[in-house]
Amino acid sequence: MLDRRLALHPQVALRREPFGALAYHYGNRKLIFLKHPDLVRVVEALPEHDTVADALEATGIAESRWPSFVAGLESLERAGMVTA
Amino acid sequence: MDANVIDAGPESSADEPDELVEEELLVEEISIDGMCGVY
Amino acid sequence: MTPLVEQLKGGLDAPICLTWELTYACNLSCVHCLSSSGRRDPRELSTAEAIAVLDELRRLQVFYINIGGGEPMLRRDFFPLVDHAVANGIGVKFSTNGTYLDATAARRLAAMDYLDVQISLDGLDARTNDAVRGAGSHAAARRAMDHLAAADFGPFKISIVVTRHNVDQLDDLKALADGYGAQLRVTRLRPSGRGADSWSELHPTNEQQRQIYGWLLDHGDSVLTGDSFFHLNALGEPLPGLNMCGAGRVVCLIDPIGDVYACPFVIHDQFRAGSVRDAGGFTAVWRDSDLFHDLRQPQSAGACASCGSWDACQGGCMAAKFFTGLPLDGPDPECVKGHGEGLLVGVGRGADRLGTVPRPAMDHSRPGAAVPQPVLFTRR
Repeated sequence: MLDRRLALHPQVALRREPFGALAYHYGNRKLIFLKHPDLVRVVEALPEHDTVADALEATGIAESRWPSFVAGLESLERAGMVTA
Repeated sequence: MDANVIDAGPESSADEPDELVEEELLVEEISIDGMCGVY
Repeated sequence: MTPLVEQLKGGLDAPICLTWELTYACNLSCVHCLSSSGRRDPRELSTAEAIAVLDELRRLQVFYINIGGGEPMLRRDFFPLVDHAVANGIGVKFSTNGTYLDATAARRLAAMDYLDVQISLDGLDARTNDAVRGAGSHAAARRAMDHLAAADFGPFKISIVVTRHNVDQLDDLKALADGYGAQLRVTRLRPSGRGADSWSELHPTNEQQRQIYGWLLDHGDSVLTGDSFFHLNALGEPLPGLNMCGAGRVVCLIDPIGDVYACPFVIHDQFRAGSVRDAGGFTAVWRDSDLFHDLRQPQSAGACASCGSWDACQGGCMAAKFFTGLPLDGPDPECVKGHGEGLLVGVGRGADRLGTVPRPAMDHSRPGAAVPQPVLFTRR
């Protein structure tokens, strides 16, 4: 995951909320809650970086937190919300 | 006032890593039909 | 981090989705109609007003709207409104009895993006269904499904309101949906609208509620419920869904004349938040109305505090309590532990122990149509 280049799927709308964001995929009707604002910032930074690791570093996420973020991105990918 | 009480100020970045390293679920999926009060 | 559900109970800056009843006009007179529909209200939102609402919802980033009524296809601007919604990034599901969903309409719908269709059906056969929805309504619904299939619409939804008389048909209804490649949706009957008068005869028995709960646990991954059975969670493992009342917090209703209610099951002044016609439009109602502010406060268990199940069942459904005359801070009339049943005994026509039972805000029923009427296959 850390070496991959990912971005939000073009059919996904992201709506910021105090707790993080709502993401809705118009293609598959999936609704996902991003439960922390930091994850939202990472997702928004993805298209500007070659790898997930770069995006995590650029958004200032401490390395001790990376496993949680990787798991979150994997969930998002499984739901089709982020793609290569 | 109890001098040992820690002021519960805004979450500092020093507190966050501990919470999140404990396998916190950052993503949760809910069905668009999973909200009560809709046709 | 706060559990997600606790954050949602505090409300959001915009709904996640909402129900929009386009018209009170309907060709049917279902005995349990939650909106007491039948006659069009002359104060209906104009096409221009409806478009303005859609534009506002787009600005709010409401992802999805559930269009209903009455019978929404009876609006002359039905297709223009739906077209405008999907063209502006608002996903649409509309709920219909299927009477007007002919081959042409089916093909038009099949060509649209971001659109879901939900056909209402309350029984496997005409005998069960038409007793509630009127002679010919079962045939009309099946015909609509056939048209959607012929037009290669793809998966549509079949939505059943669970009653005492169709509980035993759930397996067969699932098979019906599977046969069409459609998704089955089963929802709870509330004593709302005309439902108030038929609820005591139609609502499932305690035994049947356990049957429904077990069935939903078995089929949770493939059957939708609109999260309408969270009161059953006191029986054990929670059913899929947010398991909370979304009214005024993450969802609401816009009615045909632009009034905003907490949800479609509480069309009554007590749950009216305002109007899209007020200065500030829908946004101001959603964000600033007194009603929605109150609903977004932490709710207390009230009379349910001593019961260990309140965290699971949340005290059930506001609409179910309100329209059976029960206090809102107490048990649901269908409380699975039976705490609501005893309270109901003293409520009803003529009984005064717990006060009078509220009546719906408006009644658009067609005169003399208290019982199901034959479906009229006329052009609109």
